[in-house]
Amino acid sequence: MIQALAFYLFAIVVIGSGAMTISSRNPVHSVMWLILAFFNAAGLMVLVGAEFIAMLLVIVYVGAVAVLFLFVVMMLDIEVAQMRAGFARYLPLGLALAVGLAAEIIIAVGAWSAGGVKLSQRIAPIEGNVPNIQAIGNLLYTRYLFVFEGAGFVLLVAMIGAIVLTHRQRGGVRGQNISRQNARRPQDATRNVQPPVGEGVQL
Amino acid sequence: MTIGLIHYLVVAAILFTMGVLGIFLNRKNLIVILMAIELILLAVNINLVAFSAFLHDLVGQVFAMFVLTVAAGEAAIGLAILVIYFRGRGTIAVDDVNRMKG
Repeated sequence: MIQALAFYLFAIVVIGSGAMTISSRNPVHSVMWLILAFFNAAGLMVLVGAEFIAMLLVIVYVGAVAVLFLFVVMMLDIEVAQMRAGFARYLPLGLALAVGLAAEIIIAVGAWSAGGVKLSQRIAPIEGNVPNIQAIGNLLYTRYLFVFEGAGFVLLVAMIGAIVLTHRQRGGVRGQNISRQNARRPQDATRNVQPPVGEGVQL
Repeated sequence: MTIGLIHYLVVAAILFTMGVLGIFLNRKNLIVILMAIELILLAVNINLVAFSAFLHDLVGQVFAMFVLTVAAGEAAIGLAILVIYFRGRGTIAVDDVNRMKG
């Protein structure tokens, strides 16, 4: 009973905050609703016994992705009013497509639950006495080791790509050039002159 | 009243279609489109985890982790592109993205 109650709570909040995310007037509010959606999705996953993914969702999405969105939203100086133009124009087409898509997915789920689709053998059956995190670790560092390293490479490339894309070489800024500073010798920087008397010094 | 796999699948389906709808509705705002993509990926993750839990197979959770990784990378790159696009054009409306004449 309590599970059903928690499930419906999380499900309703995740769907409602998803709806608010896409229909919110202010992008900052959108990010906030997105964070709420992620939290409640994490709750749904805890409910089903996938604690590791739930914690990962909170850490990665709420801690990193949502904050990144928030930073970008706040740094860009965008007009909120002009952004809403076309909302009503695209509503009928978007709604029609969304309803079609939902119907398709629900038909697929219905067909699946009607049976008849043979499931292949379990690849990594969940054992009752092993904790979720330990079981995922066992799988991740043995069978999926190369995929795991590939995921690491994806993150590395994304990081380098983001830095390279947003890096900006600004002109007119006097930065330090360490090698040039170290290579500078006294005879390059100073000179001895013997100014004639009464004519001053030429700099 | 027990919660079965179907419940989770329906939630994920609604969330997925909501993400698609968000892409269509917010044509003037690239940031919300990226957020809608995150919603779609979240729906996929819910699906993977639900199947994994109800079919007693851990592979779904491992792949949900990989989906999470790709989503994080996608958000970083997408927002970087958004920032340089805004720097050059001063707008983030998707409607007038035609620089590459595609």
